[in-house]
Amino acid sequence: MSDSDFAKPVTYRGGGFKPVPVAWIGAAFLIALVIIAEIGTRTGIISALTLPRPSAVLETFAELYSSGLLWKHLFPSLSRLAVGAFLGAAVGIAVGVAIGLFSIARSALVPLVAAIFPIPKIALLPLFVIWFGIGEGSKYALIAFGTFTPTVVATYGAVDAVDRGLIRMAQSFNVPWWGIVRKIVLPGALPGILSGLRVSLAIAIILLVAAEMLGATYGIGAYILEAGSLYDLERLFAGVTILSLLGIVVSWAIGRLERRLLAWRG
Amino acid sequence: MELHVEGLSHAYGPLTVLDDINLAIRPGQILCLVGPSGCGKSTLLRMIGGLEQPDGGQVLQLSPPPTESLNPLTFIFQDFALLPWRSVAGNVALALEHHDLSAGERDGIIADVLARTRLSDFADVLPRQLSGGMKQRVAIARALAVRPAVMLMDEPLSALDAQTRELLLDDLVGLWTRTPFTAVYVTHNLDEAVRLGHSIAILSRRPGRVREVLDLDMPLEGRSLSDPKLAKARDRLWESMREEAQTADRELADV
Ligand SMILES: Nc1ncnc2c1ncn2[C@@H]1O[C@H](COP(=O)(O)OP(=O)(O)OP(=O)(O)O)[C@@H](O)[C@H]1O
Ligand SMILES: [Mg+2]
Repeated sequence: MSDSDFAKPVTYRGGGFKPVPVAWIGAAFLIALVIIAEIGTRTGIISALTLPRPSAVLETFAELYSSGLLWKHLFPSLSRLAVGAFLGAAVGIAVGVAIGLFSIARSALVPLVAAIFPIPKIALLPLFVIWFGIGEGSKYALIAFGTFTPTVVATYGAVDAVDRGLIRMAQSFNVPWWGIVRKIVLPGALPGILSGLRVSLAIAIILLVAAEMLGATYGIGAYILEAGSLYDLERLFAGVTILSLLGIVVSWAIGRLERRLLAWRG
Repeated sequence: MELHVEGLSHAYGPLTVLDDINLAIRPGQILCLVGPSGCGKSTLLRMIGGLEQPDGGQVLQLSPPPTESLNPLTFIFQDFALLPWRSVAGNVALALEHHDLSAGERDGIIADVLARTRLSDFADVLPRQLSGGMKQRVAIARALAVRPAVMLMDEPLSALDAQTRELLLDDLVGLWTRTPFTAVYVTHNLDEAVRLGHSIAILSRRPGRVREVLDLDMPLEGRSLSDPKLAKARDRLWESMREEAQTADRELADV
């Protein structure tokens, strides 16, 4: 049946539910927020006690940089982060793969991991100091421990999600056990492991401040804590900004790694 | 290589899937397995290939596998089972890497099987860039690479559209005609069964039993459904399966 008077295009109703990143919107939004804060603090709508003036934070930052103190703070923090996060992630991935492969490891470790995951690692700081001393050891341990648990959970989830059909295929070609782990389980789990690392490394940065609570004279965390105890908001914000930038750098680096290692996903 | 399935039975918990299956897989011939959905065809094939253990009965190899065979019992899966992170050549290589072959020998085998499946130009392409039919040809190339004594194919064409299926069916006939291989071929599709089968075993609905084995002594090459003899064979198969399929269809709901 056709009704020649009634001819209109079919209404489109398939859009939405598909957010895509729009270039520069992120940066623009951030800059807009900073500008609002700047205007607000300058005009007095936002009192200087509530929020430091962004330009003052920038000045503090420039000072920190020109005095050479920036590197003095940044270097120990970066090395703590690198050592602690590397240890935690490496052991976490190994344990996670073991849980994904062996019944005994799974039965023994899954409840243990579930038990230690919710413990605020900061609460264990005194214990780490007793175990590893007040020096770098306890700081590495705290960051490593905090990175470990989320890495384990992400890794064994990723191993569990590897297509069993591919494993069965490899068995049907008599690929040896270790070959199956290396050529099928690990590459198949890699996407999940990398997205787990995003979370784990962010947690490592969070724990940096906690790790530097005790016996650290230099370090971004120590700098922030000192500024905080003096209510020096400009320096506090300068320190926090450095942590944010660190987070962005880490996330960008993992993005690069994903694009290189997971190019096959297209 | 000749295989005998003897008194094979299996149950998943309370669900009896296979009941006293006896079959002969004759060398150089293709045995098609047809039967209603859920009757245990895939289970039977996995047991023939040693991927699963039956509760009762056994699968016997009547002779040692030919020495040149790298992997005597070789599967071709319905979902292709290709590694998405490896190229076409890399996927074929997976089946060879753990064998004692020089790099030259390995590359020679890969080049040969890719040529036989008309994939030489796609050696470096990733699976996601291939069509379904090409993916299954990669899986066939991978299977040919290990010089199987028996090919075990579980609905290898059912993930493909009708035209691709037809082309690949011709490919399989061509491969067999050039070098006859032994195969067990599971399918839902009776047309495929009469085109490829030297014998066709019909399984009953679950618990799967061998209902009848039909021998088709016509050369594979040139078989066509317009041939009245073949059409008659297919109609007979369908008659035999119809009731089973109808009942199975009603039963599946209350598994
Ligand atoms: N690993 C398993 N555990 C429990 N039940 C299973 C398992 N594998 C198969 N089954 C059951 O056994 C029965 C036979 O399964 P199978 O896959 O062998 O049938 P099939 O004949 O290949 O079916 P289809 O034609 O749908 O491929 C089905 O009812 C299925 O649900
Ligand atoms: Mg099946």
